[in-house]
Amino acid sequence: MAPPDAQNRHHGDNSVNSSRKRSLAISGILTLSLLAAACSSDSSSSDTTSASESTVAETTTSAASTETTEAPAAETTVPADTTASSDAGSASTEAGTTDTTPAVDYAALQGSLIASGATFPKAFYDEAIANFAEAAPDLTIEYGGGGSGKGRSDLQEQVVDFAGTDGVVKEADIALFKGGDFVYVPTVIAPITMSYNLPGVDKLQLSPATISAIFQTTITKWDDPLIAADNPGVTLPSTDIVVVHRADGSGTTDNFSKFLNAAEGPDAGGSWKLASGSELEWPAGTQAGDGNSGVAQIITDTEGAIGYVDLSDAKANNLSFAAVKNKAGKYIEPTLEATSAAAENAKIKDDLTYFLGWADGDKSYPIAAQTWIIAYTKQADPAKAEAIRGFLTYLLTEGQTLAPTVDYAPLPESLVAKALANVDKIGA
Amino acid sequence: MALTISDLRSKRQVGDRVFRSATLAGGAAILLILALIAYTITNKSTLIFRTAGLDFFTEKRWAPSADKPVFGALSFIFGTAVTATIAIVLAVPVSLGLALFTTQVAPKWLKKPLVALTDMVAVVPSVVFGLWGIIYLAPKLIGFFKNMHNWFGDWPILGSLFGKASAGRTFMTAGLILAVMITPIITSIAREVIETTPQTDCDGALALGATRWEMITGAVIPHSAGGTVGGVMLGLGRAMGETIAAALVIGSSPTITANLFSAGDSLPSVIAFQWGEATSAEKRSALIAMGLTLFVLTLLVNFAATAVVSRAMRRMQGAS
Repeated sequence: MAPPDAQNRHHGDNSVNSSRKRSLAISGILTLSLLAAACSSDSSSSDTTSASESTVAETTTSAASTETTEAPAAETTVPADTTASSDAGSASTEAGTTDTTPAVDYAALQGSLIASGATFPKAFYDEAIANFAEAAPDLTIEYGGGGSGKGRSDLQEQVVDFAGTDGVVKEADIALFKGGDFVYVPTVIAPITMSYNLPGVDKLQLSPATISAIFQTTITKWDDPLIAADNPGVTLPSTDIVVVHRADGSGTTDNFSKFLNAAEGPDAGGSWKLASGSELEWPAGTQAGDGNSGVAQIITDTEGAIGYVDLSDAKANNLSFAAVKNKAGKYIEPTLEATSAAAENAKIKDDLTYFLGWADGDKSYPIAAQTWIIAYTKQADPAKAEAIRGFLTYLLTEGQTLAPTVDYAPLPESLVAKALANVDKIGA
Repeated sequence: MALTISDLRSKRQVGDRVFRSATLAGGAAILLILALIAYTITNKSTLIFRTAGLDFFTEKRWAPSADKPVFGALSFIFGTAVTATIAIVLAVPVSLGLALFTTQVAPKWLKKPLVALTDMVAVVPSVVFGLWGIIYLAPKLIGFFKNMHNWFGDWPILGSLFGKASAGRTFMTAGLILAVMITPIITSIAREVIETTPQTDCDGALALGATRWEMITGAVIPHSAGGTVGGVMLGLGRAMGETIAAALVIGSSPTITANLFSAGDSLPSVIAFQWGEATSAEKRSALIAMGLTLFVLTLLVNFAATAVVSRAMRRMQGAS
């Protein structure tokens, strides 16, 4: 509050010098508009970079959706036996090699490692890195996140020492990796939940056919006969279904759509027409959030919403999630055990790439995400090679016990043995 | 020490010269930066124009991961236009009312705090608006949208605008947030322009027996119309280019519909969310081309604003 007479004087000045003030004001506007012209481009570009940096994107553009569709549908018990026996065989040979190699002396590791990539396993890696720091105090490791796509291109350009990725490197891109051959080291797995917000419905069961219909908005109400058929005895409200998906390119979207493509895609004779990928052509008017937490936020706020969210974010947001019908026809809750069961039944390729979704087995949860760390087999610096081997070994041994504490499932032992063999291929 | 006149003059000339080159360099740097930005984004977006041609602007589909990727910007341009229009429609009456109130009606003790408060809204970072939007506004609006649909759903034009609503992140939500963000800009420019109305004009109108309202419509508004339109257009430019606040509440689902309660997407929003995983050269180029589109649109709006303001200025100078 200014004293009234000061205000008056100001007013008097205004009337006397009004024309000068007027031109001043107008030149001010002109300057403003010029500045705005310059800034509008400037600010939008800076927003873009900051947003792309913060974008929670675990990703992949890999179109390798063939893993499961290749699997003959008829095999149920027999292949499980064969994989078990072959696993046992490889485990024993692997056990031989791990026994002969001397236990890694973590405390002797030195230097620093820089990594980037998938955000889906970041919580697990951060936890492991923090614990590993006690065992190897002279080695610093920084895992930057940024998305699988960023991880792959960073490793391709040799900007990082190793990279996290939820997807497999495309055939055509392998030649672009400047450091030569690289290995896949599977690290951890986790279920993807079908989280929903439907007050009064505590238990929900969904079959892949229903999920396919919901996410293509061919059914729009929660009391649709298709959903009712999956949930005998449950009273469903007539609330509108709100489909929630990811706004950013995402490995979670990729794994979710690969599951639907395997279970209900054209090859399976189902209704899923959106194919698979890290971003899909979703039906108009659906809602999208940034990152798993963004999707979880929309589900929390919106009655009738359903979306795919990784287990740790679904739990953190207290979301309800559905049991999903697996390949064996059983409705399975998204638990870590059910995910490990799926991993035991997954078809692991020779290079240790695999797809976890739509796995065989009575106890397998059908929608799950897998992730790898990729690193060059030939490192320029022997100390660096030693450090990478040390951290990855830790991740696959002691680190596995940390996984459940942050809502990830440990790898089955057979896969750990194979992964350790791939770690041994990293050298100088 | 006595200084001769020529000493003084040469000293002053040095100062003048330094000042002149400093200001010249500053001005040139802005133009140079603008030119370089324009050059880079044009250059980087040529790939998509070579492959998709002008279909880029008319194609509705956005399917970057498909087997045969399709890159169409139409639904994003549509979303940008719709949200900016909502923002302007909502913000202009409020801003002009606020500007007239603070300059003409408000008692003197209220004027200063009001001005300070509106200016304070202008400095709130846009991401804070966005967070407020997703945490508070969007969930609260679901019920409001449903009511609007129930009340007006059967009306001829409003019915199609206020269509079916089921979620909180929509064109309307983004438009509302943008309206709040551009209100202080339009208000402060309108206020400055209105304050340039010569006191003699106002006094004259009042002396002729005009009421305060007649004084405003007869003296203040004709005098300040041009500058105010310029301010509105600056607000429009801001609304079109605003990235993060709109991105957080628009729903990020490319859609072309008359229904304002549907999720959509806008140019800056798709760039922000999809750049991080834009690994293919074509997708990068498509996103940069959208940036170019936005750049050109905001530049056009700003040029138009400048032109309107300068024309108004010429007219005012002629009048006085």
